Amino acid sequence: MKFTEEHEWLREEDGVMVVGITTHAAEQLGDVVFIELPEEGATVSKDDEVVVIESVKAASDILAPVDGEIVEVNSALADNPGAVNEDPQGEAWFFKMSVSDASQMDEFMDEAAYQKFIA
Amino acid sequence: MGELAKTPLHDLHVELGAKMVPFAGYSMPVQYPMGVLKEHLHTRAQAGLFDVSHMGQVILSGPSWEAVALAFEALVPMDVLGLADGRQRYGLFTNEAGGIEDDLMFARRGEELFVVVNAACKVADIARMRAGLPEEIVVRELGNRALIALQGPGAAAVVEDLDPTAREMRFMDVADLSLCGHSVWASRSGYTGEDGFEISVAADEVETLVRSLLEQRDVAPIGLGARDSLRLEAGLCLYGHDVNAMTGPVEAGLSWALQKVRRAGGARAGGFPGSDAVLQAFSEGVARKRVGLRPEGRAPMREGVQLFDADAGGAQIGTVTSGGFGPSVGGPVAMGYVTAEHANAGARIWGEVRGKRMPVDVVALPFVPANFKR
Repeated sequence: MKFTEEHEWLREEDGVMVVGITTHAAEQLGDVVFIELPEEGATVSKDDEVVVIESVKAASDILAPVDGEIVEVNSALADNPGAVNEDPQGEAWFFKMSVSDASQMDEFMDEAAYQKFIA
Repeated sequence: MGELAKTPLHDLHVELGAKMVPFAGYSMPVQYPMGVLKEHLHTRAQAGLFDVSHMGQVILSGPSWEAVALAFEALVPMDVLGLADGRQRYGLFTNEAGGIEDDLMFARRGEELFVVVNAACKVADIARMRAGLPEEIVVRELGNRALIALQGPGAAAVVEDLDPTAREMRFMDVADLSLCGHSVWASRSGYTGEDGFEISVAADEVETLVRSLLEQRDVAPIGLGARDSLRLEAGLCLYGHDVNAMTGPVEAGLSWALQKVRRAGGARAGGFPGSDAVLQAFSEGVARKRVGLRPEGRAPMREGVQLFDADAGGAQIGTVTSGGFGPSVGGPVAMGYVTAEHANAGARIWGEVRGKRMPVDVVALPFVPANFKR
Protein backbone atom coordinates (compact mmCIF):
# COMPACT_ATOMS: atom_id res chain seq x y z
CA MET A 1 0.00 0.00 0.00
CA LYS A 2 1.23 3.49 -0.91
CA PHE A 3 0.25 6.78 0.72
CA THR A 4 -0.04 10.38 -0.50
CA GLU A 5 0.47 13.66 1.31
CA GLU A 6 -3.27 14.20 0.75
CA HIS A 7 -3.88 11.26 3.12
CA GLU A 8 -5.03 8.84 0.46
CA TRP A 9 -3.92 5.24 0.13
CA LEU A 10 -3.47 3.25 -3.08
CA ARG A 11 -3.43 -0.52 -3.28
CA GLU A 12 -2.79 -2.43 -6.49
CA GLU A 13 -5.41 -5.03 -7.35
CA ASP A 14 -5.79 -6.81 -10.70
CA GLY A 15 -3.80 -4.18 -12.56
CA VAL A 16 -5.70 -1.15 -11.25
CA MET A 17 -5.23 1.02 -8.16
CA VAL A 18 -7.82 0.91 -5.38
CA VAL A 19 -8.00 4.32 -3.67
CA GLY A 20 -9.32 5.41 -0.28
CA ILE A 21 -8.44 7.66 2.64
CA THR A 22 -6.25 6.75 5.56
CA THR A 23 -7.34 5.92 9.08
CA HIS A 24 -5.66 9.14 10.18
CA ALA A 25 -7.69 11.19 7.67
CA ALA A 26 -10.93 9.49 8.71
CA GLU A 27 -10.21 10.29 12.36
CA GLN A 28 -9.54 13.92 11.49
CA LEU A 29 -12.74 14.21 9.46
CA GLY A 30 -14.98 12.79 12.17
CA ASP A 31 -18.24 11.01 11.44
CA VAL A 32 -18.74 10.88 7.66
CA VAL A 33 -22.35 11.52 6.62
CA PHE A 34 -22.23 11.97 2.84
CA ILE A 35 -20.06 10.86 -0.06
CA GLU A 36 -20.33 11.84 -3.71
CA LEU A 37 -18.37 9.49 -5.96
CA PRO A 38 -17.15 10.09 -9.52
CA GLU A 39 -18.72 8.58 -12.63
CA GLU A 40 -17.37 5.21 -13.69
CA GLY A 41 -15.48 5.71 -16.93
CA ALA A 42 -14.48 9.30 -16.18
CA THR A 43 -11.02 10.36 -17.28
CA VAL A 44 -9.29 12.28 -14.52
CA SER A 45 -6.06 14.20 -14.06
CA LYS A 46 -3.91 14.24 -10.96
CA ASP A 47 -5.34 16.69 -8.38
CA ASP A 48 -8.82 16.80 -9.95
CA GLU A 49 -11.52 16.87 -7.28
CA VAL A 50 -13.08 13.46 -7.73
CA VAL A 51 -14.85 12.73 -4.45
CA VAL A 52 -16.76 15.01 -2.10
CA ILE A 53 -16.87 13.78 1.44
CA GLU A 54 -18.87 15.49 4.16
CA SER A 55 -18.47 14.80 7.83
CA VAL A 56 -20.53 16.18 10.69
CA LYS A 57 -18.00 19.02 10.73
CA ALA A 58 -17.28 20.06 7.15
CA ALA A 59 -17.02 19.19 3.48
CA SER A 60 -13.71 18.01 2.01
CA ASP A 61 -12.55 17.21 -1.50
CA ILE A 62 -10.62 14.08 -2.35
CA LEU A 63 -8.21 14.57 -5.24
CA ALA A 64 -7.28 12.12 -7.96
CA PRO A 65 -3.83 10.87 -6.91
CA VAL A 66 -2.67 10.29 -10.52
CA ASP A 67 -3.84 10.68 -14.12
CA GLY A 68 -6.07 7.86 -15.31
CA GLU A 69 -9.58 6.52 -15.66
CA ILE A 70 -12.12 5.68 -12.97
CA VAL A 71 -13.01 2.06 -13.65
CA GLU A 72 -15.21 1.29 -10.62
CA VAL A 73 -16.69 3.16 -7.66
CA ASN A 74 -17.74 1.75 -4.28
CA SER A 75 -21.41 2.66 -4.62
CA ALA A 76 -22.23 0.98 -1.28
CA LEU A 77 -20.67 4.03 0.41
CA ALA A 78 -23.46 6.33 -0.78
CA ASP A 79 -25.93 4.53 1.48
CA ASN A 80 -23.45 3.82 4.25
CA PRO A 81 -20.98 6.72 4.44
CA GLY A 82 -20.20 5.79 8.07
CA ALA A 83 -18.19 2.83 6.72
CA VAL A 84 -15.38 5.33 6.10
CA ASN A 85 -15.01 5.71 9.86
CA GLU A 86 -15.31 1.98 10.52
CA ASP A 87 -12.90 0.56 7.95
CA PRO A 88 -11.22 3.36 5.97
CA GLN A 89 -8.28 1.29 4.74
CA GLY A 90 -10.34 -1.78 3.89
CA GLU A 91 -14.03 -2.06 2.99
CA ALA A 92 -14.49 1.71 2.55
CA TRP A 93 -12.40 2.21 -0.60
CA PHE A 94 -13.71 5.01 -2.84
CA PHE A 95 -12.84 4.04 -6.39
CA LYS A 96 -10.58 1.93 -8.58
CA MET A 97 -8.63 3.65 -11.33
CA SER A 98 -6.27 2.79 -14.14
CA VAL A 99 -2.98 4.65 -14.09
CA SER A 100 -1.76 6.41 -17.27
CA ASP A 101 1.67 7.34 -16.02
CA ALA A 102 3.14 5.03 -13.39
CA SER A 103 6.01 7.46 -12.74
CA GLN A 104 3.49 9.73 -10.93
CA MET A 105 3.49 7.12 -8.18
CA ASP A 106 7.20 7.41 -7.49
CA GLU A 107 6.74 10.19 -4.97
CA PHE A 108 4.23 8.27 -2.83
CA MET A 109 5.16 7.10 0.63
CA ASP A 110 5.29 3.63 2.09
CA GLU A 111 3.55 2.93 5.39
CA ALA A 112 6.58 3.80 7.54
CA ALA A 113 7.17 7.10 5.73
CA TYR A 114 3.48 7.99 6.02
CA GLN A 115 3.44 7.28 9.75
CA LYS A 116 6.42 9.60 10.08
CA PHE A 117 4.64 12.20 7.90
CA ILE A 118 1.59 12.36 10.19
CA ALA A 119 3.51 12.08 13.47
CA MET B 1 -6.27 36.24 18.47
CA GLY B 2 -4.97 36.37 22.03
CA GLU B 3 -4.64 33.60 24.58
CA LEU B 4 -7.76 31.45 24.81
CA ALA B 5 -9.68 31.53 28.08
CA LYS B 6 -10.35 28.26 29.88
CA THR B 7 -13.44 27.18 31.76
CA PRO B 8 -13.00 25.59 35.20
CA LEU B 9 -13.60 22.21 33.51
CA HIS B 10 -10.79 22.58 30.97
CA ASP B 11 -8.42 20.07 32.55
CA LEU B 12 -11.22 17.54 32.98
CA HIS B 13 -12.14 17.84 29.29
CA VAL B 14 -8.54 17.12 28.35
CA GLU B 15 -8.43 14.20 30.80
CA LEU B 16 -11.61 12.79 29.21
CA GLY B 17 -9.92 12.88 25.80
CA ALA B 18 -11.82 15.83 24.35
CA LYS B 19 -10.70 17.51 21.16
CA MET B 20 -10.39 21.16 22.19
CA VAL B 21 -11.14 23.98 19.74
CA PRO B 22 -11.33 27.78 20.00
CA PHE B 23 -14.90 28.99 20.46
CA ALA B 24 -15.90 32.56 21.40
CA GLY B 25 -12.46 33.17 22.87
CA TYR B 26 -12.49 29.96 24.93
CA SER B 27 -10.83 26.62 24.50
CA MET B 28 -13.86 24.30 24.39
CA PRO B 29 -14.47 20.58 23.80
CA VAL B 30 -15.93 20.05 20.31
CA GLN B 31 -16.16 16.30 20.87
CA TYR B 32 -15.02 13.50 23.15
CA PRO B 33 -13.76 10.09 21.98
CA MET B 34 -17.39 8.95 21.45
CA GLY B 35 -17.65 11.36 18.48
CA VAL B 36 -20.28 13.88 17.43
CA LEU B 37 -22.77 11.40 15.95
CA LYS B 38 -22.86 9.05 18.94
CA GLU B 39 -22.81 11.95 21.41
CA HIS B 40 -25.87 13.39 19.70
CA LEU B 41 -27.75 10.08 19.75
CA HIS B 42 -26.69 9.41 23.34
CA THR B 43 -28.22 12.74 24.42
CA ARG B 44 -31.51 11.97 22.64
CA ALA B 45 -31.67 8.49 24.20
CA GLN B 46 -30.02 8.91 27.62
CA ALA B 47 -28.34 11.95 29.16
CA GLY B 48 -25.62 14.28 27.93
CA LEU B 49 -23.53 16.57 30.12
CA PHE B 50 -22.36 19.85 28.56
CA ASP B 51 -19.93 22.49 29.81
CA VAL B 52 -21.41 25.89 29.00
CA SER B 53 -19.33 27.84 31.49
CA HIS B 54 -18.15 30.14 28.70
CA MET B 55 -21.59 31.76 28.73
CA GLY B 56 -22.11 34.97 30.69
CA GLN B 57 -23.99 34.79 34.00
CA VAL B 58 -25.25 38.08 35.40
CA ILE B 59 -27.38 39.12 38.38
CA LEU B 60 -29.42 42.31 38.23
CA SER B 61 -30.53 43.67 41.59
CA GLY B 62 -32.18 46.87 42.75
CA PRO B 63 -34.53 48.35 45.28
CA SER B 64 -37.33 45.90 44.41
CA TRP B 65 -38.32 43.22 41.89
CA GLU B 66 -40.61 45.75 40.19
CA ALA B 67 -37.73 48.21 39.79
CA VAL B 68 -35.44 45.54 38.33
CA ALA B 69 -38.09 44.11 36.01
CA LEU B 70 -39.27 47.45 34.64
CA ALA B 71 -35.71 48.61 34.09
CA PHE B 72 -34.88 45.42 32.18
CA GLU B 73 -38.00 45.85 30.03
CA ALA B 74 -36.34 48.94 28.54
CA LEU B 75 -33.71 46.61 26.99
CA VAL B 76 -35.81 43.60 25.95
CA PRO B 77 -39.24 43.26 24.29
CA MET B 78 -40.36 40.66 26.85
CA ASP B 79 -42.79 40.66 29.74
CA VAL B 80 -40.32 40.72 32.63
CA LEU B 81 -42.60 42.23 35.26
CA GLY B 82 -45.10 39.39 34.88
CA LEU B 83 -42.49 36.70 35.50
CA ALA B 84 -43.36 34.70 38.60
CA ASP B 85 -40.69 33.94 41.16
CA GLY B 86 -38.95 30.71 40.18
CA ARG B 87 -39.74 31.04 36.48
CA GLN B 88 -37.51 31.62 33.46
CA ARG B 89 -38.08 33.11 30.01
CA TYR B 90 -36.30 33.32 26.67
CA GLY B 91 -35.38 36.88 25.73
CA LEU B 92 -33.70 39.10 23.16
CA PHE B 93 -31.67 42.26 23.31
CA THR B 94 -32.82 44.43 20.40
CA ASN B 95 -31.08 47.37 18.72
CA GLU B 96 -32.53 50.67 17.48
CA ALA B 97 -33.29 49.14 14.07
CA GLY B 98 -35.23 46.30 15.70
CA GLY B 99 -32.46 43.76 15.01
CA ILE B 100 -31.30 41.20 17.55
CA GLU B 101 -28.09 41.98 19.46
CA ASP B 102 -28.16 38.71 21.43
CA ASP B 103 -30.55 36.09 22.71
CA LEU B 104 -30.64 35.18 26.37
CA MET B 105 -32.42 33.44 29.21
CA PHE B 106 -33.64 35.35 32.22
CA ALA B 107 -35.01 33.98 35.48
CA ARG B 108 -36.57 35.53 38.52
CA ARG B 109 -34.78 34.57 41.72
CA GLY B 110 -36.73 36.32 44.45
CA GLU B 111 -36.21 40.06 43.99
CA GLU B 112 -33.32 39.55 41.56
CA LEU B 113 -33.05 38.74 37.86
CA PHE B 114 -30.58 36.06 36.75
CA VAL B 115 -29.53 36.56 33.12
CA VAL B 116 -27.54 34.12 30.97
CA VAL B 117 -26.08 35.45 27.72
CA ASN B 118 -23.98 34.07 24.86
CA ALA B 119 -20.22 33.89 25.36
CA ALA B 120 -19.38 35.81 22.18
CA CYS B 121 -21.70 38.67 23.17
CA LYS B 122 -21.21 38.82 26.92
CA VAL B 123 -18.83 41.77 27.06
CA ALA B 124 -21.14 43.84 24.87
CA ASP B 125 -24.22 42.64 26.74
CA ILE B 126 -22.83 43.62 30.12
CA ALA B 127 -21.81 47.02 28.76
CA ARG B 128 -25.33 47.38 27.29
CA MET B 129 -26.91 46.61 30.65
CA ARG B 130 -24.57 48.91 32.57
CA ALA B 131 -25.25 51.75 30.12
CA GLY B 132 -28.96 51.13 29.63
CA LEU B 133 -30.13 50.47 33.18
CA PRO B 134 -30.64 53.21 35.78
CA GLU B 135 -28.03 53.72 38.47
CA GLU B 136 -30.12 51.98 41.12
CA ILE B 137 -29.89 48.68 39.23
CA VAL B 138 -26.67 46.82 40.02
CA VAL B 139 -25.21 44.65 37.23
CA ARG B 140 -23.03 41.92 38.70
CA GLU B 141 -21.22 39.46 36.42
CA LEU B 142 -20.83 36.10 38.15
CA GLY B 143 -17.28 35.32 37.07
CA ASN B 144 -16.99 32.85 39.94
CA ARG B 145 -19.78 30.56 38.73
CA ALA B 146 -19.65 27.75 36.18
CA LEU B 147 -22.59 26.56 34.08
CA ILE B 148 -23.32 23.02 32.96
CA ALA B 149 -26.29 21.41 31.26
CA LEU B 150 -27.61 17.88 31.70
CA GLN B 151 -29.92 17.07 28.79
CA GLY B 152 -31.90 14.10 27.55
CA PRO B 153 -34.66 11.75 28.66
CA GLY B 154 -32.40 10.31 31.36
CA ALA B 155 -31.57 13.69 32.91
CA ALA B 156 -34.65 13.88 35.11
CA ALA B 157 -33.99 10.58 36.88
CA VAL B 158 -30.39 11.58 37.61
CA VAL B 159 -31.23 15.00 39.05
CA GLU B 160 -34.41 13.87 40.83
CA ASP B 161 -32.56 11.01 42.53
CA LEU B 162 -29.96 13.44 43.82
CA ASP B 163 -32.52 16.03 44.94
CA PRO B 164 -36.21 15.03 44.96
CA THR B 165 -37.17 18.75 44.93
CA ALA B 166 -36.46 18.62 41.20
CA ARG B 167 -39.55 16.43 40.70
CA GLU B 168 -41.69 19.53 41.20
CA MET B 169 -39.90 21.44 38.43
CA ARG B 170 -41.59 21.86 35.06
CA PHE B 171 -40.10 23.28 31.84
CA MET B 172 -38.65 26.76 32.51
CA ASP B 173 -38.90 26.50 36.32
CA VAL B 174 -35.84 27.50 38.34
CA ALA B 175 -34.97 26.24 41.82
CA ASP B 176 -32.11 25.90 44.25
CA LEU B 177 -31.06 22.26 44.48
CA SER B 178 -28.45 20.31 46.37
CA LEU B 179 -26.59 17.91 44.07
CA CYS B 180 -23.96 15.63 45.63
CA GLY B 181 -23.45 18.15 48.41
CA HIS B 182 -23.19 21.17 46.10
CA SER B 183 -25.68 24.04 46.24
CA VAL B 184 -26.73 24.85 42.69
CA TRP B 185 -29.17 27.06 40.82
CA ALA B 186 -31.02 24.81 38.43
CA SER B 187 -33.45 25.58 35.62
CA ARG B 188 -35.47 22.98 33.76
CA SER B 189 -34.40 24.07 30.30
CA GLY B 190 -31.73 23.59 27.69
CA TYR B 191 -30.65 23.86 24.08
CA THR B 192 -31.36 20.38 22.75
CA GLY B 193 -35.16 20.07 22.58
CA GLU B 194 -34.95 17.45 25.33
CA ASP B 195 -36.01 17.56 28.95
CA GLY B 196 -33.10 18.53 31.14
CA PHE B 197 -31.48 21.02 33.44
CA GLU B 198 -29.08 23.92 33.21
CA ILE B 199 -27.08 24.12 36.41
CA SER B 200 -25.13 27.10 37.76
CA VAL B 201 -22.62 26.21 40.45
CA ALA B 202 -19.59 27.79 42.12
CA ALA B 203 -16.61 27.57 39.76
CA ASP B 204 -14.42 25.91 42.40
CA GLU B 205 -17.01 23.14 42.93
CA VAL B 206 -17.96 22.38 39.35
CA GLU B 207 -15.29 19.79 38.62
CA THR B 208 -16.24 17.70 41.67
CA LEU B 209 -19.92 17.97 40.74
CA VAL B 210 -19.28 16.99 37.12
CA ARG B 211 -17.18 13.99 38.16
CA SER B 212 -20.08 12.86 40.37
CA LEU B 213 -22.63 13.39 37.60
CA LEU B 214 -20.51 11.44 35.10
CA GLU B 215 -20.66 8.47 37.48
CA GLN B 216 -24.46 8.43 37.32
CA ARG B 217 -26.21 5.94 35.08
CA ASP B 218 -26.51 6.94 31.39
CA VAL B 219 -24.53 10.22 31.71
CA ALA B 220 -21.81 10.96 29.13
CA PRO B 221 -19.89 14.16 28.38
CA ILE B 222 -21.01 15.87 25.16
CA GLY B 223 -19.12 18.46 23.10
CA LEU B 224 -20.07 21.52 21.10
CA GLY B 225 -20.38 19.54 17.86
CA ALA B 226 -23.36 17.54 19.12
CA ARG B 227 -24.70 20.60 20.93
CA ASP B 228 -24.98 22.26 17.52
CA SER B 229 -26.70 19.35 15.76
CA LEU B 230 -29.07 18.86 18.73
CA ARG B 231 -30.16 22.51 18.76
CA LEU B 232 -30.49 22.53 14.96
CA GLU B 233 -32.83 19.52 15.01
CA ALA B 234 -34.75 21.26 17.82
CA GLY B 235 -35.18 24.31 15.55
CA LEU B 236 -33.37 26.59 18.01
CA CYS B 237 -31.48 29.65 16.79
CA LEU B 238 -27.73 30.05 17.09
CA TYR B 239 -26.85 33.68 17.64
CA GLY B 240 -24.60 35.16 14.95
CA HIS B 241 -25.95 32.64 12.43
CA ASP B 242 -29.75 32.26 12.49
CA VAL B 243 -30.31 35.57 14.25
CA ASN B 244 -28.09 38.64 14.30
CA ALA B 245 -28.17 42.44 14.39
CA MET B 246 -29.78 42.50 10.92
CA THR B 247 -32.65 40.09 11.69
CA GLY B 248 -35.75 41.11 13.60
CA PRO B 249 -37.71 38.90 15.99
CA VAL B 250 -40.76 38.61 13.70
CA GLU B 251 -38.87 37.46 10.61
CA ALA B 252 -36.79 35.17 12.84
CA GLY B 253 -39.98 33.38 13.86
CA LEU B 254 -39.56 34.49 17.46
CA SER B 255 -42.85 36.41 17.79
CA TRP B 256 -43.89 33.92 20.49
CA ALA B 257 -41.11 35.32 22.69
CA LEU B 258 -42.75 38.78 22.71
CA GLN B 259 -45.62 38.57 25.16
CA LYS B 260 -48.83 40.47 24.32
CA VAL B 261 -48.26 43.05 27.04
CA ARG B 262 -45.28 44.44 25.07
CA ARG B 263 -47.04 44.42 21.67
CA ALA B 264 -49.34 47.09 20.22
CA GLY B 265 -52.38 47.46 22.47
CA GLY B 266 -50.60 45.86 25.46
CA ALA B 267 -50.35 47.62 28.82
CA ARG B 268 -46.59 48.14 28.40
CA ALA B 269 -46.40 48.14 24.60
CA GLY B 270 -43.08 49.17 23.03
CA GLY B 271 -40.52 51.00 25.10
CA PHE B 272 -37.59 48.76 24.07
CA PRO B 273 -34.82 49.51 21.53
CA GLY B 274 -36.22 49.40 18.01
CA SER B 275 -39.80 49.00 19.22
CA ASP B 276 -41.23 51.02 16.32
CA ALA B 277 -39.62 48.70 13.77
CA VAL B 278 -40.55 45.54 15.67
CA LEU B 279 -44.18 46.55 16.21
CA GLN B 280 -44.40 47.58 12.56
CA ALA B 281 -43.18 44.11 11.56
CA PHE B 282 -46.03 42.65 13.62
CA SER B 283 -48.68 44.85 12.01
CA GLU B 284 -47.42 44.93 8.43
CA GLY B 285 -45.76 41.55 8.10
CA VAL B 286 -42.21 40.81 6.98
CA ALA B 287 -40.58 40.24 3.61
CA ARG B 288 -38.67 37.11 4.66
CA LYS B 289 -38.98 34.46 7.33
CA ARG B 290 -36.80 31.88 9.03
CA VAL B 291 -37.92 28.38 8.04
CA GLY B 292 -36.91 24.77 8.43
CA LEU B 293 -35.28 23.22 5.36
CA ARG B 294 -35.12 19.54 4.52
CA PRO B 295 -32.76 18.90 1.59
CA GLU B 296 -33.68 15.88 -0.52
CA GLY B 297 -31.01 13.20 -0.68
CA ARG B 298 -28.07 13.00 1.69
CA ALA B 299 -25.91 16.04 0.90
CA PRO B 300 -25.83 18.51 3.80
CA MET B 301 -26.60 22.16 3.01
CA ARG B 302 -24.47 24.31 5.25
CA GLU B 303 -24.50 27.95 6.26
CA GLY B 304 -24.23 30.25 3.24
CA VAL B 305 -25.88 27.93 0.69
CA GLN B 306 -28.02 30.06 -1.62
CA LEU B 307 -31.67 29.15 -2.13
CA PHE B 308 -33.53 29.53 -5.43
CA ASP B 309 -37.12 29.27 -6.71
CA ALA B 310 -36.20 27.05 -9.66
CA ASP B 311 -33.94 24.10 -10.44
CA ALA B 312 -32.18 26.25 -13.06
CA GLY B 313 -32.17 30.01 -13.55
CA GLY B 314 -34.87 31.65 -11.45
CA ALA B 315 -34.21 34.04 -8.62
CA GLN B 316 -32.36 33.72 -5.35
CA ILE B 317 -35.04 33.72 -2.65
CA GLY B 318 -32.97 33.05 0.44
CA THR B 319 -29.90 31.70 2.19
CA VAL B 320 -29.16 28.86 4.61
CA THR B 321 -28.07 30.15 8.04
CA SER B 322 -27.42 26.80 9.77
CA GLY B 323 -27.24 23.38 8.28
CA GLY B 324 -25.71 19.98 8.56
CA PHE B 325 -26.52 16.37 9.18
CA GLY B 326 -29.26 15.60 11.70
CA PRO B 327 -28.30 12.31 13.34
CA SER B 328 -31.78 11.72 14.82
CA VAL B 329 -33.47 12.71 11.55
CA GLY B 330 -31.02 10.51 9.67
CA GLY B 331 -30.41 13.05 6.95
CA PRO B 332 -29.52 16.63 6.20
CA VAL B 333 -31.39 19.42 8.01
CA ALA B 334 -31.04 23.19 7.79
CA MET B 335 -32.60 26.52 8.65
CA GLY B 336 -32.53 29.71 6.69
CA TYR B 337 -34.38 32.78 5.57
CA VAL B 338 -36.61 32.75 2.50
CA THR B 339 -38.97 35.33 1.01
CA ALA B 340 -42.41 35.25 2.63
CA GLU B 341 -44.07 33.71 -0.43
CA HIS B 342 -41.86 30.63 -0.12
CA ALA B 343 -42.02 30.43 3.68
CA ASN B 344 -44.90 27.97 3.94
CA ALA B 345 -44.31 24.36 4.92
CA GLY B 346 -44.52 22.23 1.81
CA ALA B 347 -42.95 24.76 -0.54
CA ARG B 348 -40.35 23.26 -2.88
CA ILE B 349 -37.19 25.30 -3.41
CA TRP B 350 -33.62 24.53 -4.48
CA GLY B 351 -30.27 24.98 -2.79
CA GLU B 352 -27.05 25.37 -4.75
CA VAL B 353 -24.31 23.04 -3.52
CA ARG B 354 -21.01 22.90 -5.43
CA GLY B 355 -22.67 24.51 -8.44
CA LYS B 356 -25.61 22.08 -8.52
CA ARG B 357 -29.20 22.90 -7.62
CA MET B 358 -30.57 20.33 -5.19
CA PRO B 359 -34.25 20.13 -4.19
CA VAL B 360 -35.19 21.31 -0.70
CA ASP B 361 -38.54 21.17 1.10
CA VAL B 362 -39.60 24.01 3.38
CA VAL B 363 -40.79 22.32 6.58
CA ALA B 364 -42.14 23.27 9.99
CA LEU B 365 -39.67 23.43 12.85
CA PRO B 366 -38.58 21.58 14.93
CA PHE B 367 -37.26 18.56 13.02
CA VAL B 368 -37.46 16.46 16.18
CA PRO B 369 -40.46 16.95 18.52
CA ALA B 370 -39.65 18.72 21.77
CA ASN B 371 -39.56 16.43 24.78
CA PHE B 372 -40.07 18.94 27.58
CA LYS B 373 -41.73 18.29 30.93
CA ARG B 374 -44.71 20.62 30.74
